[in-house]
Amino acid sequence: MESCPAIKNILLLDSEGKRVAVNYYSDDWPTNAAKEAFEKAVFAKTQKTNARAEAEITMFDNYIVVYKFAQDLHFFVTGSDNENEIILASVLQGFFDAVGILLRGNVEKKESLENLDLILLCLDEIVDGGIVLETDANVIAGKVASNSVDSGAPLSEQTISQALATAREHLARSLLK
Amino acid sequence: MAQPLVKKDDDRDDEMDYSPFMGIEKGAVLQEARVFNDPQLDARRCSQVITKLLYLLNQGEAFTKVEATEVFFSVTKLFQSKDIGLRRMVYLIIKELSPSADEVIIVTSSLMKDMNSRTDMYRANAIRVLCRITDGTLLTQIERYLKQAIVDKNPVVASAALVSGIHLLQTNPEIVKRWSNEVQEAVQSRAALVQFHALALLHQIRQNDRLAVSKLVTSLTKGSVRSPLAQCLLIRYTSQVIRESGISQTGDRPFYDYLESCLRHKAEMVIFEAARAITELNGVTTRELTPAITVLQLFLSSSKPVLRFAAVRTLNKVAMTHPMAVTNCNIDMESLISDQNRSIATLAITTLLKTGNESSVDRLMKQITNFMSDIADEFKIVVVEAIRSLCLKFPLKYRSLMNFLSNILREEGGFEYKKAIVDSIVILIRDIPDAKEGGLLHLCEFIEDCEFTYLSTQILHFLGNEGPKTSDPSKYIRYIYNRVILENATVRASAVSTLAKFGALVDSLKPRIFVLLKRCLFDSDDEVRDRATLYLNTLGGDGAVVETDEEVKEFLFGSLGVPLTNLETSLKNYEPSDEPFDIHSVPKEVKSQPLAEKKAPGKKPTGLAAPPVAPTSTVDAYERLLSSIPEFAGYGKLFKSSAPVELTEAETEYAVNVVKHIFDSHVVFQYNCTNTIPEQLLENVSVIVDASEAEEFAEVDPSTGEAEEDGVEDEYQLEDLEVVSADYMLKVGVSNFRNAWESLGADCEKIDEYGLGPMESLTEAVNAVISLLGMQPCEGTEVVPSNSRSHTCLLSGVYIGNLKVLVRLSFGVGGPKEVAMKLAVRSEDISVSDAIHEIVASG
Repeated sequence: MESCPAIKNILLLDSEGKRVAVNYYSDDWPTNAAKEAFEKAVFAKTQKTNARAEAEITMFDNYIVVYKFAQDLHFFVTGSDNENEIILASVLQGFFDAVGILLRGNVEKKESLENLDLILLCLDEIVDGGIVLETDANVIAGKVASNSVDSGAPLSEQTISQALATAREHLARSLLK
Repeated sequence: MAQPLVKKDDDRDDEMDYSPFMGIEKGAVLQEARVFNDPQLDARRCSQVITKLLYLLNQGEAFTKVEATEVFFSVTKLFQSKDIGLRRMVYLIIKELSPSADEVIIVTSSLMKDMNSRTDMYRANAIRVLCRITDGTLLTQIERYLKQAIVDKNPVVASAALVSGIHLLQTNPEIVKRWSNEVQEAVQSRAALVQFHALALLHQIRQNDRLAVSKLVTSLTKGSVRSPLAQCLLIRYTSQVIRESGISQTGDRPFYDYLESCLRHKAEMVIFEAARAITELNGVTTRELTPAITVLQLFLSSSKPVLRFAAVRTLNKVAMTHPMAVTNCNIDMESLISDQNRSIATLAITTLLKTGNESSVDRLMKQITNFMSDIADEFKIVVVEAIRSLCLKFPLKYRSLMNFLSNILREEGGFEYKKAIVDSIVILIRDIPDAKEGGLLHLCEFIEDCEFTYLSTQILHFLGNEGPKTSDPSKYIRYIYNRVILENATVRASAVSTLAKFGALVDSLKPRIFVLLKRCLFDSDDEVRDRATLYLNTLGGDGAVVETDEEVKEFLFGSLGVPLTNLETSLKNYEPSDEPFDIHSVPKEVKSQPLAEKKAPGKKPTGLAAPPVAPTSTVDAYERLLSSIPEFAGYGKLFKSSAPVELTEAETEYAVNVVKHIFDSHVVFQYNCTNTIPEQLLENVSVIVDASEAEEFAEVDPSTGEAEEDGVEDEYQLEDLEVVSADYMLKVGVSNFRNAWESLGADCEKIDEYGLGPMESLTEAVNAVISLLGMQPCEGTEVVPSNSRSHTCLLSGVYIGNLKVLVRLSFGVGGPKEVAMKLAVRSEDISVSDAIHEIVASG
């Protein structure tokens, strides 16, 4: 109780319970099998609920899990059962909104896998080893997005072929939509 | 024409489960990772490959040591690129790969360069990566930079250093503790999260220094903390200080005002943290609780499920200790019964059941009935338990509560759920006399259609004990006999026993029971037939089995008088012979000795030479063994046998242990000598005892197998053996210590106080005294709650001569780990009380 609020894990699963990106900060699940079992249990317990408008909450196995769904993505944040539920919820909200900003509102599985680097960086900026780093979605997204703006490397360093590749990719992406 | 159509379909399929990582394969990605080695780095492509690697790791794919090392080395080359995006991905993958110490050196210089970079993002991330992968030796090198970073203007950099400090404190506390000046400065930071991280680190540095924590809390509660998260931390630290300081003379609690002011904070997480802290205060008063309950009540009607859950969960806990304080929220709570979130609804119901008053019970039950159909079994069990305690609280309401229980008993449900319901009904029948007849009928109806053998037999047993005492016992007979016709053998057998109990207690039913039992004689199952025969003879009263009605009743209803586990081991050890098994030989000690080795194969005593003695598991086996040796046969009844005491080191040629057998006026030592070398034969073994302190001694000569031609004489020194006072004490528990204590009376009471000297903990002291006295702890008092500074332990036992002894131990901690003990002994003889005190005084 006297300790710092601790996050046990953050999960981003798809509508079938498969991993999109997960981060564990606790030794409670030492093996991948244990992690997958936990994800399966969480998913089974929550999939029938409606957590689209407001973050929902459940408790099982002495964990508190707060969660929120958007399209085919399920966001989860887990803490121990004596954690302040509202702190967990604020971490969830920060993650959820930051992903929304980074994916420009297209919060869905396909988009998130295409921008998995952004999702992973986003997770990295929210929690470090279980300790909350930041909960403000705009700040989180800002930290992640600042990377794509190459302030350190001048444009001249990019070769022509690289620039072309970039352009081609952007074009392809816009066509796909 | 068809072609475009097909293509379109394909497209759609692709789109449905399109993933950039479809068909991704570890080997191929590792191949791709070679681009990291290109002289002309393509930052975008490298980022993509790293993303793929991270994807694989995230999906739980394991990299071998070689693969991980290879990837790590090529990744280190990417520090050449100045692309920020790529650098971030490099940081990520280094953390994921968690390189070994010798590999870390390769990136250290690059990361240290980044730590001093002008780019804030580089500084912050490099600190986090380096601190994650570094070990103690490297830490001293970078310590200077970390201290700077803690007070860095950029909040992201400062937070990175502080959070890394929190992690490092676990492994390198002495280094991190040197940073406290910088951390202290960071606590005053204007950036919200820096303040939060600094506070967390500062507290962890000082957590063992109570005074420092108290000072920290005193200065910060005056109001310079801005971040809600930091505020939550401060509340936690404050309640810790409150817990340790207690209430002042004036009756005011220090810092309570601060907690109360936090209830008016604008952030919900702070309000809730403060409310929760107040409800968890030691010995919280109603006046202190009220403001906290009020804010929690507001949360109950929030639109956010998380807030409702948090509030109702906290109120549920409060209701366990202060049900009256929560009653104001009952109306809000009732509306939560229909909450979409079933966790919230269950918590609301169980809280209401704890706080509800007599008049609201009926209304509540109506609401719960609708609710029960759509929740899972685990929630239902919680509700059933809550209803049970409610019914015990309001016995007058048993009718509606019992009806509710019987209704849900008829519905679908798993074993655990049904068991919870049956247990509840049984408890209600036991405690509320009026509920008995109705409850028994509900149970009867339940066993008419019960799929669980365990529950059927339990109910039949209970019915046999309670049914005959009702006003009209005959109405139960039909239900019971139906079991004999319809059920499996186990249930049939217990139904036969139940019938017999009715027959024994209700004379008017006896002839009819006889008819029914006679029919059971033709059952297909042995056990059922045996029971029917036995009971027919018992009840027949022809004097063959038992003489009087009293004995019949004692036989049917009396308890065994011995612990079941002991009976089981005794029966297992019993060998078929002319001598019938005697239940009086079963030890009554609560804890049977742990099973040692199996009995040695040849156990028939041959003349004077004693049998090869091997440790056996129970006292009765010892007793039979000892009484079979003529010399010991006249010593009377064996009082106690100790556990084997090893007299040699492990791994020696001969392992020798000793069992101490205590008789009323004799002590027999049984030496068990085990030959550990297969090639060697032991012959004419004798144990020579120098009995300078012992009261009596005996020698046992175990000889084994056939003799060989020539042997070697050998002598072997054994360790000293001590007969301790605990050997004269039997561990016998009492079910109600208080009653036993009162009934022994104060005539033979002796009270004295002892100082036990320095002890690590109270638990250690308690265990030491228990093992010294060799008595049975009662009512779970051998368990000392953590952090308690005093403890009372209750012990009971039987001293040699069959004298009952009860001991009440009060422990207290005074001074630095100094444990004092007050020992109160009551027994049937004042000399025994004195003996106990002597044991403690000399121990």
